[in-house]
Order: sequence, then C-alpha cells, then structure tokens
Amino acid sequence: MSRSLILGACLSSLVLLAAAVSFVWTPYDYTALNIPDKLQPPNAQHWFGTDHFGRDMFSMIMVGARTSIAVALVAVGIGMALGVPLGLTAAARKGSALDELIMRGNDLVFAFPSLVIAILITAVFGAGAINAIIAIGIFNIPVFARITRGAALSLWEREFILAARVSGKGAARISAEHILPNVANLLIVQGTIQFSLGILAEAGLSYVGLGAQPPTPSWGRMLADAQTMVSFAPHLALIPGLAIIVTVLGLNLLGDGLRDWLDPRIRVART
Amino acid sequence: MSLLEIENLSLSIHGTDILKQVNLSITPGQIVAVTGESGSGKSMTALAVMQLLPDGAKTTGVIRLNGSDLLDRDENDMCTLRGAAIGMVFQEPMTALNPVRTIGDQVMETILIHKAMPPRQARDRAEEVLTRVGLPPDRFPLSRFPHELSGGQRQRVVIAMAIALRPKLLIADEPTTALDVTTQAQILKLLKGLVSEYDMGLLMITHDLAVVADMADQIVVMRHGEVVESGATDHLLHHMQHPYTRMLFKASGYQVSLPELAQSRPLLEVTNVIRDYRLPRKGLFDTPGHHRAVDQVSFTLNSGERLGLVGESGCGKSTLTKAILGLEEVQGGDIRLDGQPVFSGHKPNLAVRRKMQVVFQDPYGSFNPRHRVARLITEPFHLLDAPVMGSERQDRIAEMLTAVGLSPDDAGKYIHEFSGGQRQRIAIARALIIRPELILFDEAVSALDVSVRAQILDLLAELCEAYDLTYLFISHDLSVVRTITDRVMVMRAGKIVEEGDTESVFSDPQHQYTKDLINAAPVLPDIGRDVA
Amino acid sequence: MRFLPIFWFHRCWTGSACAPNVASMLRYALKRLISLVISLAVASVVIFAVIEVAPGDPASFMLGVNAQEDTLAALRAELGLDVSKLQRYFNWVGGMMVGDFGTSYTYRTPVSQMIADRLWVSLPLALYALTLSTAIAFPVGIYAAARRGKPGDLTVMGATQLGIAVPNFWFAMMLVLVFAINLRWFNAGGFVGWDKGLWAGLHSLTLPAIALALPQAAILARVMRSSLLDILGEDFMRTARAKGLSRRQALWRHGVRNALIPVLTIIGLQFSFLLAGSIIIEQVFYLPGLGRLVFQAISARDLIVVESVVMLLVFAVITVNFLVDLAYAAVDPRLRSRT
Repeated sequence: MSRSLILGACLSSLVLLAAAVSFVWTPYDYTALNIPDKLQPPNAQHWFGTDHFGRDMFSMIMVGARTSIAVALVAVGIGMALGVPLGLTAAARKGSALDELIMRGNDLVFAFPSLVIAILITAVFGAGAINAIIAIGIFNIPVFARITRGAALSLWEREFILAARVSGKGAARISAEHILPNVANLLIVQGTIQFSLGILAEAGLSYVGLGAQPPTPSWGRMLADAQTMVSFAPHLALIPGLAIIVTVLGLNLLGDGLRDWLDPRIRVART
Repeated sequence: MSLLEIENLSLSIHGTDILKQVNLSITPGQIVAVTGESGSGKSMTALAVMQLLPDGAKTTGVIRLNGSDLLDRDENDMCTLRGAAIGMVFQEPMTALNPVRTIGDQVMETILIHKAMPPRQARDRAEEVLTRVGLPPDRFPLSRFPHELSGGQRQRVVIAMAIALRPKLLIADEPTTALDVTTQAQILKLLKGLVSEYDMGLLMITHDLAVVADMADQIVVMRHGEVVESGATDHLLHHMQHPYTRMLFKASGYQVSLPELAQSRPLLEVTNVIRDYRLPRKGLFDTPGHHRAVDQVSFTLNSGERLGLVGESGCGKSTLTKAILGLEEVQGGDIRLDGQPVFSGHKPNLAVRRKMQVVFQDPYGSFNPRHRVARLITEPFHLLDAPVMGSERQDRIAEMLTAVGLSPDDAGKYIHEFSGGQRQRIAIARALIIRPELILFDEAVSALDVSVRAQILDLLAELCEAYDLTYLFISHDLSVVRTITDRVMVMRAGKIVEEGDTESVFSDPQHQYTKDLINAAPVLPDIGRDVA
Repeated sequence: MRFLPIFWFHRCWTGSACAPNVASMLRYALKRLISLVISLAVASVVIFAVIEVAPGDPASFMLGVNAQEDTLAALRAELGLDVSKLQRYFNWVGGMMVGDFGTSYTYRTPVSQMIADRLWVSLPLALYALTLSTAIAFPVGIYAAARRGKPGDLTVMGATQLGIAVPNFWFAMMLVLVFAINLRWFNAGGFVGWDKGLWAGLHSLTLPAIALALPQAAILARVMRSSLLDILGEDFMRTARAKGLSRRQALWRHGVRNALIPVLTIIGLQFSFLLAGSIIIEQVFYLPGLGRLVFQAISARDLIVVESVVMLLVFAVITVNFLVDLAYAAVDPRLRSRT
C-alpha cells in the first residue's frame, strides 16, 4: 500500500469519526450562546476557540462535518445511481439514437455548473441543504455516465465479451455480469474524487447562502460569518478552512491511493 | 573491420538480469538477424545499442561502433549518433509516427535535428528518401498525416526517417511483424536493397525464422538473455548444435497429422452472404456510403471437416466470422447450421448458437479477469435449456481441463495465474464444454510463441481424434493453415477467390492472388526440418 | 481557426500543409456549430421551464398583497406576462437574440443594461483567472513531467494536491488577510472601475483572480503532467529519440502538442468552474459582478434577472466548449478527416 493511500485513509477516517462522534458527544452544545466568552482564540477550554456568539468552534466543526459529509455523500449517490446505468446503457447500445441522446443530454447538463443549478433551484424553491444535494447530485450524473461509458466501451471490444455473447447472453446480463464488476474500481476511485468535490461545492454553496440554513452548522457558512471578523479573529476563518482542506485532501489522497492499489495491471504484476 | 561489435554485453534492469554476456558483430553491407522467442532479450539488445534502455538499466561490456565504445559515451554524444550514424525502425508502424505532424515534417526532422543541411535542402532530401522507399511526392505529398497512410506505407515513412542521413548501421526491431505477408515481402525487399545500396550494416530483430533464413547473412539465436548459438546462415542451418535452436526450427515449420476425414452431411451452409458497413456521411446532406466487407460469399462446411480461411487484414474474414457466430446481422444471403438459420427475425437463434463455439486470438483479453476458471469455462452452459449443476458440472469441468492438458485443480484459479499458452488451452476448454458441432478458431494461435504454438497445434490434432471436431480455422498464417486443415478458402476484399483441398491449393494455386500470397510468405528451408 | 493562430501557424511549418485542410476544418466547424445551436435551444427551454415552476406572480409580489386588480393587470401587461407561456418563451428568446433581456421586476430598468455593467467585471475576472491558471499550470506541469519521480516532481505534486483541496473563497479570505489587511498592497475589496484606467482595474481584480486561478492551476498542472507522461510512453516518442532528439527536444517537439488534447478538455471545463467560482469570489471581494446581481435578484424574487443571468452563463459555457472543439481539430488532424 502506498503512503498516499494510508495518509488519505487516516485523514478521511478522522473526519468521518468526528462526524460520527458528534451524534453522541460534542465538548459543548454547538448551539449554546455564551456572549461573555466570545471570540476567544484556541485555548485549553475551547480547543478551536469560540465564535462571535461565544459558541464552541470545536463542537461546530464536528457537527459541520456531518452536514458536509451527508450532502456530498448523497450527491455522489444520486450521481452514481443515475449516471452508471445511463453510461452502461449508452455503451451497450453504442452508436444508436439512445446513445446519442444520453451523450448529448450529458453535454447539456455539463453546461450547467452546480452553482448555476443551485441558483436556479434556490430562485424557485428557496435555499436549503436539499437544494445543495440536488444541485451537486445533478452535476455528478454526467460525470459518472461519461466515465462508465468510456470504460465500458473499451470492455465491449474485448474478446471475453464476445465470448459471453457467443454464449447467448444479452446486453443487460453482460453489463451486469461482466462490465459493471470491471468498471467498479474506476467508479470507486471517481466516487472518492466526486465526494471531495462535493465537499468543496457544499462549502461554496453554503458560503453564499444557498446551502444548509441556520441553525444547522456548516463549514461554508462559518466562513461567511467569519469574513467581517477576519482581521481581529483570524481563527474563525482559519479553522473551518483547514477542516475543509483536511477533508478534501484526505479524500483525494485516498482516491489516488485506491487507483494505484486497485489497478489490475499493477496487481497482476504483483502476484 | 567490423562496423558494430558487441562483446560480453550484460544488462540488468532494477536488478533483474535481462542480458548475459551477449556477443555479436556486424560488418558493412551485412545483415545480422537476432532471433528468439518472447523474453529472449533480442529487443533489449537492439535498444542497448541505441542506448535507449528503460530507466534503471545497467549495462556492462562493450558495444563498439566503428571502433569506439558506445557505453562510454554520454547522453549528448549518443544524441549526435542516433539518427545520423545509427538508424532504427520499429515494430508498430501504426503508433511509431507522431499523429499530429506531417510525414514530411517527421522525415525532415531527422535531418534538421542534426543540422546536416539547411531546411530547403533537407526538404529535397526528404522527398528523395521518401521516393526511394516507394512514396514519391507526387502521390504522397509531404503534407500527408500518418493516419492517411496504410500500415505498410507508414513503415516506409519510418524507414525513410531512419535512412535520411545514410547511417552506417540500421537496426530493425520486428519491422514486418505487424504487417501482412505481401506487404512484409515488399518491406523486406526494400530493406535488403537499402543495405546493399548504402553498404549499411543491418541488425534485424525478428521472431520469424522463415524471415531470418531468407534475409540474414548471420544468425544469432537467443534465449533467456543469452546467445545460445550463432553463425553464418547457411552453416548454422545445416549444422545446428544447440537443442534449443533445433527445437525452434522444428516448431516454426511444425506439422501435425490430422485423423482421416470421414465423408458426411453438410453442417454449415453459407449462401451469398453480404455484410455492409455504413460509412460516416461525407457532407451534411449526402446519403451515407457503404463499405461492403463481405461480398456474396458462399461455401459449405461438412461435419467432421476442418476448413481453413486465409486472407490479409481487412479482407473481411473477421466480419464473416462474426456473421457466422450470429453476433452481427447480414444484409443479404443466408447462414444455416444444420439447416436452421443463425439469425431469425433480427435476433440470434439460440437453438443454433448452442451448436457453435469460438476460440479467439488474444489469450489475455479472452477472459473476465474477475472470474475463476470454473466459471469462465462453464459460461457456454448458459446456452442450454437446463442448467448443468452439482457433480455433473464438476465432472464436466474436470474432464475438459484434463482434455486440454491442464489439471482439474486449476478450476479454482484466476486467469492471471496462467501463461499465454495455458490460457489458450482454457479457451479451447470453454469452447468444447457444451460439445458444439462447430468450433471457429479466429487466429487462435497467432499470438503465441512458436514452441507454444506447436503444442497447441498438437492439442488440436489430439482433440480432433478424441472429439471428432469440425472447425473453421481463420488465420493469416499460411503455414499453420496448411497443416491444420483439410480444405482451404482464400479471401480477398470480401470475396472468396479460391477454394479447394488444402494441399492442392498450396502446391498448385490457381488464382493470381493465391499465388502472390504463397510467393510472398517466407518459407523455412527444408534443411531445418531434417535436423530434428 | 482564426481563434488559434498559434496552432494554425504550427501546422503550416512544411509550407504545403494549409490549403487542403481548410475545407475539412470548415465542415467540422459547421457540424459543431449546429450542435451548439441545438444545445442552446434545449438549455433555454430548460431554464424557462424551471423558472415557470416558481410559485407566485411577480406582479403581485412587486405591488404587495393589497394591490388593485387593474393595477396588477397593467403591470402584467407592462412586464409582458399577459400572454401565453409559449408566446412568452419566444418573446424572451427572440428578445435575447437582439440584446433585449426584458425589464427587471424590481428596478424597472432593462435587464440587458444591468447585465452589461456587471459583465464588465465578471468576464475580465474569469479571463484574467483563466490566463493566470494556464500560465502557471503549463510550465509547472511540463517541469514535473520532465523530472518524473525526482524531488522537483514530488514537490510539485505535493503542492498541487494541496492546491486542489483549498476552497477558492477561503483562499481569497487568506489573501485579503495577508496582502490587503497586513501588507496593504491591495484593497480588501471593491472595484475601482475601468474608467480609472486598465492598470487600476486589473490591480483591483488581481487578488480575486489569483484566488480563482491557483486551485484551478493545480488541477491543470496535474492533468498536463499525467497527459505528458502518457505521451512519453508512446511509441512515437521512442522514434523521436531514435532520430537523435534529446529527451527535452522530444518532449517539446512531439510530447507537448499531443498532450494538449486532454488538457484542452480540462481548460474548457475550467472555464465553467471559473465563471461559477467568480460568482462566489465576488462575494468575498464585494465586486459588483454578475454574482452580486444574481444574489440580489434572488432575494428580491426578480426572476427575469435570474433567468437571464443563468442563460448567459450557460451560453458562455456552451460557446467555450464549442471553441475547445475547434481547438481540438486544430491540434489533431485525425479529427478533421473524420467528419
């Protein structure tokens, strides 16, 4: 196992652990206001300091991890659940009108950056975490569809697929039995990358107020709140930013590490 | 005096020994062929002369060009030698040229990078060498891109680049392996002509002993990084010393004897089959054009018969194979197996399909890497109405693995645990397991080393005896088809141009194309066969 | 091809390469252009339909709950809301083609004027960032590829890994903290306006552009490096070395142009990220760009403005991808002949 895999796995599980523990324990109540203790820099009582209402930053970061992970994870789920079948179908019917339709549809969705989708949804239905999930999720669909189709197309050219067809298996069965397991690694790696992009996108959306609404803590909005105080309380901006960086860095390293680890060419060479 | 002398050359890459104490020498105007199977280190020897070895390579010994040692030279010195004093031609003409630069650019680059002459003269020289290799600028302007040329034409461009500065030494690494026989003959002739014209030394790397015997003045036989035998071609062919050399020559012209042919009923009937491919439209409102890959093909294959189908790449033999297997629908004509159509109502006919199986060329791409052998070879059971389960399934797996020369214990392994030859055995087991009436072998031995190929041919002969096989053997390799079939068809541009008993077609071809094909294929001298 | 004089020039190196390619290039461009028009049409329908779903009537929202029915009707007529949906769609699309984006519900001024003012901030910002990102990424990516596995490569790879993980708006805040608040080299926010001169304008866009560009440059540099490394393994690179080119010469003459093909895709995609990113970055620097406009419009439920800005952004993304497709053909002769 490579160093990046180990480091990535450690950083990612650290964040996951913080999110999980926050359900049962946080050092302080993350909603409790404590004006006398406001804007404290990191210290022994408040490891990450306190914000302008005196809330404990460490607790807020822990709960914020929950929001980030939930939004990004569900968005990746949406992208995979819709994108992978679309990609498999397009590859199985390569060159058909259906393939063309799916690919053109993909291109079209690519023209709507997730922020633009979020703006549209918010304009119509108002802001909220669900909107962020949908906006990021929709943007993930063509990513997965495209990567699945690309990998599946090269597999369809392989002789073991021809052998399966000679054995009388249909396109759906071949897709499930031969194509999907052979693109799974790729999807896991891409899923990790999209997860990290989702964390970044969620932070961006909640920073501009299109994501999770108060009182749900989110890293992006903590940064928005910190903006006016950055000159005299830089820890308010530094700490949520570092939380995002650690999470995204961890997931990216994990993705890179998994790619190398799962690469069948490398694995065959090792056995 | 020798042009190139290699003395005690040893090479290791990241600590793994690749070459051990290799010796060879070339004089001007001489062709030296280095031959051997995959992993013999023959290509590495060529790359060592160019000093284009992979990272982590360590060489010891001496490589002397015109008396001065190349291993002492630094990288800058080598750059001035490569292309100017030593030219090199590679195996894969399809990928050896930069796809985004014109052929003129690429040939001129050899000249300009060595500052041998000003651009205007370099342009003239590029036209001159391209004409010399058979690509005159009036038909092949310098502005052509590689993708606008065929494989043989691209290899000519690669040769033009290599000889543009008249190097003293030319290295050709499997220069014709990726080419069709008729193209191969032309390229070999071109190389031979260039050697005598420019008085070059040619170091030729090839696995094909027939080419070696035809071309070389000197032969160097390698195995596992060592030279096992070398000498002047005539002498070596008549006095082979090393058992490996003998084995190699025997395997190259390997012959098997098939069991007697029993007269019987027609099994596969192909009548006037047409297969068209749609071409992309030329303009927005043009009607799309068609390419007729298979054109009015008719033939009959009797049960128990072993039929060959030979032809060069693009002749339509693979397309015909797919049509017979019912993988693609035909645009005209009829394909019937045992009287039933393989395609009925735009759908493949399952009842017919279970009587047919196929063995493909690529031993590495033919299996799902995630399944175990037991699951891989039982895939055709899907064609049966009732699933084969339990002990019967185990027995059939064990029987098949034994039949193809593997062990029943291999059923639990994954495909990457097997060598190329073993994989091809597994592919045959998969094809045989439902006892099909017809097997198609699509270039099934073309990717194998000669010694492995000989073993697979033996296996096929045994299986013919044991299972009364009927097969259609599709191949570009004339010598293999000659020994493994009773009857043969020759295909060209979608049509079958000649058909008949294998022996009579090969000994007395009627059609001009068949004659060309047979004349173009290099043959092993008879001497080689007698030795063993 | 006029957009990319540098590739055009390059292909003409042998002198005879230009003429026969013009026709196939034009045919390719025409095909792409048709697909561009279809994409725009579908996108406009989607955007219009989504906005139509929005609950509430803009007229009653603007006049409040107590408005008279005849005043409402008059306002609806003024805003062009009194006709069928289909008619409204065609009015909207037809208007956009001649530069008329309708009238803002809140400000009662032409939307086109509002957008034009803001575009003069957002578009230069995105282009500035794209230029910076490319200018940084290309040399860094090539440098790392040329020194694969050596300390220089490892440092670059580590730095880019970090660069990808940094949210651009947070990076922007840090830039403000260091360069505006502490060092006072730049203003913390605001835009001086182009009438103060090109330099003053660029100066006030520099921090936002850096904040946008660096994370994207990290991605682009990694793509450039891996694309180059893929190319380095190609047979024709070995052919080039066999001709006598040094490693570096082979990399520059044969590697870079082939490696550009995947890199161009990423540049196309990045443009949409940069546009979207600039909307967020404008919030950090209080820049009067499209981002500010659209957020104000959302809170005022000025849907016609939202609709038009979104359409404009999508138009920009689709157009840039069209240009990228043309650039492909300029780089890769195989694409031209495939049409």
